[in-house]
Amino acid sequence: MSAISFKHLTKNYGSLVALNDVSLEIEEGEFFGLLGPNGAGKTTLISILAGLCRPTAGSVEVMGHDVQSDFRAARRLLGIVPQELVFDPFFTVRETLQFQSGYFGIKNNGEWIDEILHHLGLADKANKNMRALSGGMKRRVLVAQALVHRPPVIVLDEPTAGVDVELRQSLWKFISRLNQEGHTIVLTTHYLEEAQELCGRIAMLKKGEIVALDTTANLLARVNNSQTKDGDLEDVFMQIMSEGR
Amino acid sequence: MTQLRSSPFAYASGFKALFYKEVKRFWRVSFQTVAAPVLTAILYLMIFGHVLEDHVKVYGAISYTSFLIPGLVMMSLLQNSFANTSSSIIQSKITGNLIFVLLAPLSHLEFFMAYVLAAMVRGLVVGLGVFLATCWFTDISFQMPLWILVFAILSAGVLGALGLIAGIWAEKFDQLAAFQNFFIMPATMLSGVFYSIHTLPAIWQSISHFNPFFYMIDGFRYGFFGVSDISPWFSLMVVGTFFLVVALVAIRLLATGYKLRH
Repeated sequence: MSAISFKHLTKNYGSLVALNDVSLEIEEGEFFGLLGPNGAGKTTLISILAGLCRPTAGSVEVMGHDVQSDFRAARRLLGIVPQELVFDPFFTVRETLQFQSGYFGIKNNGEWIDEILHHLGLADKANKNMRALSGGMKRRVLVAQALVHRPPVIVLDEPTAGVDVELRQSLWKFISRLNQEGHTIVLTTHYLEEAQELCGRIAMLKKGEIVALDTTANLLARVNNSQTKDGDLEDVFMQIMSEGR
Repeated sequence: MTQLRSSPFAYASGFKALFYKEVKRFWRVSFQTVAAPVLTAILYLMIFGHVLEDHVKVYGAISYTSFLIPGLVMMSLLQNSFANTSSSIIQSKITGNLIFVLLAPLSHLEFFMAYVLAAMVRGLVVGLGVFLATCWFTDISFQMPLWILVFAILSAGVLGALGLIAGIWAEKFDQLAAFQNFFIMPATMLSGVFYSIHTLPAIWQSISHFNPFFYMIDGFRYGFFGVSDISPWFSLMVVGTFFLVVALVAIRLLATGYKLRH
């Protein structure tokens, strides 16, 4: 069974086609990269997966559960780290995580919350109000919120945008560990070297359509066999995005 | 690290957590959300009660100050029930943290119940606060306590649901302020808080009958004095119908994801 299955997904905003008949299967246990320039449709795709946005046509399933008709099961299997740095200024870090557990119907989640706080370097911030945290710390809390219900599928929408090197490294170490433990990870990022290092398979989106879908190794082989010696994912990305201009 | 993959949780409804969060949100700033409206009501009572006590006659032997107290209690209850849902939703929408609720496996009914019940709690707490702070100024009776409870609870529900609709509809704080200042405030102030509609000219009496807030205050006041401008049963029917209408509209907006899920 696929972890995530996008089937003929189309999303229109008036005359703007944000996604055009996108079909994609992401297998369980994959570390999958979703790349594309701004406006390519990455966030729209994730928003539909998360139930934040409704498709014009097509459907999405998380481990066999439709995100619209079987939304409870689908959302329990999914942990989303949103792109925007958002937080509730009324509460502390611990309260934020307790409420998030509660929304998923989980009681007595203290032990697991302590463990997430420890692994994300937030243990000493647990009783601080969210307003008092730095941007990097708030980003860590967003990751923690996505994990409180122990989802087998984790989606990170540009999680390292604007964060320092130290946090990036600790975050990727943690996420890689989750992937090794069997979690499916989907990542969107503009830092192509991160995608090259972490992702086993990559899809590239352009103007709402998938223009490349392959393993990272095969994508890299494209440039190494043709134009550039020792090319990297950025070369592949630039080549694919410039095609058909 | 503990294995994440196989979840050991037996899932319950997320309603309770969302309800508790909403109550905690207003309680955390209770100086602003509870104490301030109580003080405002005391000022109304001191000023209007003092100025009008000997000039306005209502319901025969009942003093104007006694008449005013249930009106002020209900006005505060209505305005604060509305403020709770509307401010919570618009703040969460504008700051973006509503996403945490939208990502959770909560149905639109659970969402509705949690927000509206929390708004009712705030409205009732403020109403009780206003009553406890003002009842020292005069003698007040409780002729029909059940009517007091019924109208307080139902009216808080109506305004909680209306606040939810306004919060979902508004995209900016000034749109919400317009809803509050040009609809909720006039409708509550002109609903008979400060007067009995029998003291109004005929045309204004007729117009007052089209204001659903009038029935909330009139029915509520009946519980205190056993006297009202119109039958409490009729008021109950109007308020009950109004609640059903606004609740259905709010639930429909949530079910369709209007301005929440694009």
